[in-house]
Amino acid sequence: MATDTENVSDRDASFQLRGGSFTLMVLKLVDPASETFFARLGDKVRQAPNFFRNAPLVLDLDGLPGNELIDFADLKLRLREHGLITIGVQGGIHRHQEAALRAGLPPVPAAGRSSKLDTVAAPAAPRPASPAAAPRAADSASRPAMVINEPVRSGRQIYAPGGDLVVTAMVSAGAELLADGHIHVYGALRGRALAGLAGDTSARIFCLSLEAEMVSISGLYRVNEDIPPAIFKKPAQIYLKDGYLNLDPF
Amino acid sequence: MGQIIVMTSGKGGVGKTTSSAAFATGFALRGHKTVVIDFDVGLRNLDLIMGCERRVVFDFINIINGEAKLHQALIKDKRVDNLYILPTSQTRDKDALTKEGVEKVMEELRKEFEFIICDSPAGIERGALMALYFADQAIIVTNPEVSSVRDSDRILGMLAARSRRAELGLEPVVEHLLLTRYDPHRVERGEMLNVDDVLEILAVPLLGVIPESKEVLRASNVGLPIILDNESNAGQAYADAVGRFLGEDIEHRFIKPQKRGLLARLFGRT
Repeated sequence: MATDTENVSDRDASFQLRGGSFTLMVLKLVDPASETFFARLGDKVRQAPNFFRNAPLVLDLDGLPGNELIDFADLKLRLREHGLITIGVQGGIHRHQEAALRAGLPPVPAAGRSSKLDTVAAPAAPRPASPAAAPRAADSASRPAMVINEPVRSGRQIYAPGGDLVVTAMVSAGAELLADGHIHVYGALRGRALAGLAGDTSARIFCLSLEAEMVSISGLYRVNEDIPPAIFKKPAQIYLKDGYLNLDPF
Repeated sequence: MGQIIVMTSGKGGVGKTTSSAAFATGFALRGHKTVVIDFDVGLRNLDLIMGCERRVVFDFINIINGEAKLHQALIKDKRVDNLYILPTSQTRDKDALTKEGVEKVMEELRKEFEFIICDSPAGIERGALMALYFADQAIIVTNPEVSSVRDSDRILGMLAARSRRAELGLEPVVEHLLLTRYDPHRVERGEMLNVDDVLEILAVPLLGVIPESKEVLRASNVGLPIILDNESNAGQAYADAVGRFLGEDIEHRFIKPQKRGLLARLFGRT
């Protein structure tokens, strides 16, 4: 592979830096100064204590009135008393974002570029009625693969949450396939394919003709330029091994 | 019931209006009662290409707004029987195209015409969406270059997802590819994509290849649909494409460079 020499030197490094995407609980702040704020939150937490214990949390600032001053350091401490660990903020106006940053809460970029992603990811958030291990159970149960039988054209984005994505036609440049599991393309793959989106390092990508703009597994990616000429336009599988992204011909 | 055909591309300047005029005239010449509608509200051009710009009284938007009757706005072509033009407004914008308004006009036209050709504006916004929404068939106009091909791919995606047929779960819109401004000499020199390259990327059946021709510009400027120029390669290629659309088996021409004789070189007719 073209980057073999680089890979060897990377292997000796004491760390690896890479991207990852996560599903996080978001707390939308409307009126945190309200007297009932923490009382209500406490009720919610008591319904599913295991779920909320040490749960990472992102604060959504979009609903905050602009004139209010928020003490984020205090807010963070009080949320911690309820078991929640605040790790960042989302949205809101500049003034609030700066105040949050001073309290050690950086802005967290919203997942994906489209609202589609957000809505699909939403059901993974807490379900207070069925406490504790409910989300885990959903992960281990096998989900049917999402199957797309028509060409995926430029500009379209398809996400298979929690499972595999199978496309029985071509995927055009400018299209994007996302799956928490494997991605199969029984045609030319010319767009982007991101498998193992939720962090599954065993996810793979399979295609009949590898011409992708980008392939990624669990955050490790290669762009079109990095695809070795020997495998370009050939049937291929892409997988992670020892923390490195491998592109193999069939 | 008439068939609604959208002439669309995503990209501008590829020949949608020229092709709309040519197909409408071609259908009418073969005896099919046809109307061609300009969806490019605010950038009205179809009437110029059809040579009827001096006879426009009411337009498509007047009909949508109920300010005129359909028959007051339809312009009958003077050269070809069975051919009507529905021009658009130059003073309004695409927001004037309401779904309910367009649907009402389409339903009325369907009862009377065999073919209703919707000349789409460029882009993927309201005008283009309304032009393709009611389509039964789509002719994707593409030039042999990468940006045009990608935009066509995008429009094909929208036909499959956002047309009325897609939303109601009916039979999908029938897709046809029309490759225009094709220059076999430049293709041979590797300066343009060839037919196979484009077909591989778009995977849509080929309706026709229209060769690049100086005659097209000349015909546009005098308001003559190019299909009426039997002498020109482009006119003949459009006539073939219309025949294929109607189910005839016609071999593709003008794909390979033609040997030009001495006289042709001297007079430069292409």
